[in-house]
Amino acid sequence: MTIRVLKPGFFTTVQDLGRYGYAHLGISPAGAADPLSFRIANLLVGNDENVPALEMTLLGATLEFEEKAIVALTGASCECNGSAQVPFNAAFDLPAGATLKCGSMTTGARCYLSVQGGFDIPLVMGSASTFVAGHFGGFKGRRLQSGDVLQVRQHGSFRVRSLRPGALDSLRAPRPLRVTKGSQQDWFGPEAFEKLFSSAYTVSEQSDRTGLRLKGEAVRPREQSELLTDGIPLGAIQVPQDGQPIILFVDQQTTGGYPKIANVIAADIHRVGQLRPRDEVRLVEVSIADAVQAMGERERWLREIFVS
Amino acid sequence: MKIIPASDSSLLVVFGNAISPALHERVIGLFHSFQAWHDPRIRNLHPGYASLLIDFDPLRLTHDELISVVQQLALARDSAAERRANVVTIPVCYDIEFGPDLLDVSQHTGLSLEEVVRLHSSPTYLVYFLGFSPGFVYLGGLPEALHTPRLATPRPSIAGGSVGIAGSQTGIYPVDSPGGWRLIGRTPLRMFDPEATPPTRLQPGDRMKFSPIDRANFEDMPQRDEARLA
Repeated sequence: MTIRVLKPGFFTTVQDLGRYGYAHLGISPAGAADPLSFRIANLLVGNDENVPALEMTLLGATLEFEEKAIVALTGASCECNGSAQVPFNAAFDLPAGATLKCGSMTTGARCYLSVQGGFDIPLVMGSASTFVAGHFGGFKGRRLQSGDVLQVRQHGSFRVRSLRPGALDSLRAPRPLRVTKGSQQDWFGPEAFEKLFSSAYTVSEQSDRTGLRLKGEAVRPREQSELLTDGIPLGAIQVPQDGQPIILFVDQQTTGGYPKIANVIAADIHRVGQLRPRDEVRLVEVSIADAVQAMGERERWLREIFVS
Repeated sequence: MKIIPASDSSLLVVFGNAISPALHERVIGLFHSFQAWHDPRIRNLHPGYASLLIDFDPLRLTHDELISVVQQLALARDSAAERRANVVTIPVCYDIEFGPDLLDVSQHTGLSLEEVVRLHSSPTYLVYFLGFSPGFVYLGGLPEALHTPRLATPRPSIAGGSVGIAGSQTGIYPVDSPGGWRLIGRTPLRMFDPEATPPTRLQPGDRMKFSPIDRANFEDMPQRDEARLA
């Protein structure tokens, strides 16, 4: 079965849950920017959660399905086929020859499209994720273009699943991003943390999968000294000379030379993937123990939201 | 040795605050120990100049458990380092076409073109770590006489394989990318190949030398040379 890209949208790539084990060679994990919505999309159509699916950004793609298919859309909602008739967060059938036109996203920044069976994408270093800056992974190492033809795997048995009513409501509630203190926490005094946790920041237009630049109250270390380049964890908040924090994201560099004041907790990374330019961001500190607990709760939640 | 919880899923092990082969040996020792341990709960290892960031799954391995593993492994002697003490040779064509900044470097350092090439290709460099982009090596050991500041305005596009100098650093651009290093030559070898195993020609802790080749050798060298030139 094949799917033809009629229009690619703003920035559409093939992703899975990331490429691990190669950071020491300078290779970042890439993978879905909102891994939670990505996993839900796959689980809805009956796939394993790590099967390759499409990540669409801000403006969705228009796709033509050669044969009938079972698909699901999750994450940021967008109007599809010019009407609200296409269901969100639920598996649905498309007849052979159907065109699915995903429009502008109204909530959030990224929408995921899974197809039952999954996209047939060769693994590079164990992953189907596209790493655009490195020109490898996914579909030819790049974002999708008009005329691209994607293959879909169709063997195996699948059981379509559905979500409990209102299961995702808790994801919508606006609340601050939870962070722990970062690698260079000692470099910053109480007033720097006070500023970081009391200010409202705005997501800059210069934000993408490598990082989100925040605009607002400048945060500065006690003294400007040179940091020896060290490793960067996913979600690290680094502070360059101008004091404007940057959240380093899935396509980030594996090492860097700016001090890292804080780090977004793993349980909130999916929310970073849904931030749009000009969105307001507030940060709140939690302990490492609370962050790990939140991660465990998130995993339990994911198992409980489906109708059994 | 200082162990900092860098995030809910990582620990940063800091050995010191200097660029030195002695500190780096400890970084690589711990890095190799973790590689040999081969535990699926460890997801990524990021060596730096004097630190190692360990990314792991905190739902299957707690920070405290990992801290005790780090403490045990840091005590063990690194036998892997001795096994890997081979020197990788990277052929470089120091042709003016590949090294458009050779004249600038010569002017800045007061050295002749021949001396620039001789000095650059004489030391055995240490691969401190890879970062910035896939396959990009941070090398130690550039002779002080060659230190030259980076370009004021970076080039929008540099060919993969280009060899450059930036301040006290020297390195190779693994893939086509923008950059501000002073370019002095180019290697015909592919430094990063996502389909190869391993995907990069150099690994953290390797030692390497640049070996000058002429234009004819550059053209003859197969781009996808699978074997590591030793």
